[in-house]
Amino acid sequence: MRNFVSERARTIPPSGIRKFFDLALTIEDVISLGVGEPDFRTPWNICESSIYSIEQGVTSYTPNKGLPVLREVLSNYLKQHYGLTYDAENEIIITSGVSEALDIAIRAIVDPGDEVIIAQPSYVSYAPCVTLAGGKPVPVECTESDKFRLNPDALQEKITRKTKALMINFPNNPTGAVMNRKDLEAIADIVTDNDLLLVTDEVYAELTYEGSHIAAATVNDLWERTITLNGFSKAYAMTGWRVGYLCAPKDLCETILKIHQYVMLCAPVMGQVGALEALRSAEEDKNNMVNEYRLRRNMFVAGLNRIGLSTHIPEGAFYAFPTVKGTGLSDTEFAERLLKEQRVAVVPGSVFGVGGKSHLRCAYAVSRKQLNEALARMDIFLTSL
Amino acid sequence: MDEKDHEILRILEDNSRLSAQEIGVMTSLTAVETEARIHALETAGVIRKYTAVVNWELAGNGEVSSIIELKVSPERDYGYDRIAERLSRFRQVKSLRLMTGTYDLQLLVTGRNMQEVSRFVSEHVAPMDRIRETATHIIMKSYKENGNILFEQQEAERLPYSF
Repeated sequence: MRNFVSERARTIPPSGIRKFFDLALTIEDVISLGVGEPDFRTPWNICESSIYSIEQGVTSYTPNKGLPVLREVLSNYLKQHYGLTYDAENEIIITSGVSEALDIAIRAIVDPGDEVIIAQPSYVSYAPCVTLAGGKPVPVECTESDKFRLNPDALQEKITRKTKALMINFPNNPTGAVMNRKDLEAIADIVTDNDLLLVTDEVYAELTYEGSHIAAATVNDLWERTITLNGFSKAYAMTGWRVGYLCAPKDLCETILKIHQYVMLCAPVMGQVGALEALRSAEEDKNNMVNEYRLRRNMFVAGLNRIGLSTHIPEGAFYAFPTVKGTGLSDTEFAERLLKEQRVAVVPGSVFGVGGKSHLRCAYAVSRKQLNEALARMDIFLTSL
Repeated sequence: MDEKDHEILRILEDNSRLSAQEIGVMTSLTAVETEARIHALETAGVIRKYTAVVNWELAGNGEVSSIIELKVSPERDYGYDRIAERLSRFRQVKSLRLMTGTYDLQLLVTGRNMQEVSRFVSEHVAPMDRIRETATHIIMKSYKENGNILFEQQEAERLPYSF
């Protein structure tokens, strides 16, 4: 029999932590700091409105772009919160999470051979999405000395004649780094001068702890060459609902919509109803959660530094990114032994591409009690080395 | 009173057993500074008391709680204050509030059993001057107290890893 698997599917690497996953399932009493999702339940008013809509028989397809009222409310929300101007009718598509938004955005812009520069460390799906679209992912490293922000010189170095787009994610998973307006302006010049497109995943925008989030599309003239991705998962504790959105100038949005129509048709309607309720009346729930993350961040990062794992203070998202340099272990060895010996699950930084090596991603989206227990166990582990 | 004070209050309201040191780390204050702020909040009467939310049903002491509503004729110059203050002094009265609606005052009263509660109402509360009418509601089951859910909730299962 022939090998039916395509070249592209074969060449994308498997997830770097599959073995950790399997291992963790065999160990009792694991504290997992490996989870990139809120530990909170979805605020009840969101659940309630979705349940009610199902009872009322709201269970059909929605327009491809998403419920008109949701796009309308979202358009206003983006304007008010970030100064982003996207027309509800022509420039917003509701997607099945940011994952889908990312995939269709990349597919809409990448031709075979096109290079897409990806600021790393980054979320694990960016590079494979580019590869699956026939493009070539080109990582650019964000270093700890730059507070894990994208350095314009480093970016400039990676640009070739084939470069089509730049892909960024701030606040960043896994580093928690944030780009302020000045940082973004430096990047904007390069993007514009080289006639690139910017794809910006801002799903952690609401989880910004110092100052307020700067949406990349509001910087200089970036709007006309930016695809903004965002979603409800992180801010409203709605990971399982699978609702995200994509915003782009009209022409680009129309093209992307074609792909969305064929691969997804529309985002799940009950998720969209929940998302609408989230925007309308879960502001306070969201703020409470963000406040709690901030307290945990302060507590946890101080704790990591105290036990000897040097950690910069993350300005956004819910990840601490300590370095294991000086322990004599690689990030993978550290993570594996910590899991086996002290039952704490963290993700080795090298999973997130260049710049992640020798670091650990520790999600502090768990209770303070668990964070304290995790710190105590990590302390014992470090002492045992 | 600033944002930091509010933050400290929210933390204490959720868990009053945390040390000044721990609260300081979370709010980016020194332990000494935190201690001083908490002390000031205590002195100003903003923090009234440190207490525990107890599920007495589980503790099994068999106490009975009831909500008692009162119609009261307000007093010239004092309104409801004097009678409310008088009622507040009873050990049995756990909460007392002035309300809009059909009734004026609402009391939360606890006692060892139903007889004790009804005796308290009929002997001490109802006969008071200016109280025109009472309505007693026995609490059958408590599902949530002070923002804390008391019934068992299923733990949501999370994957050990996700990105």
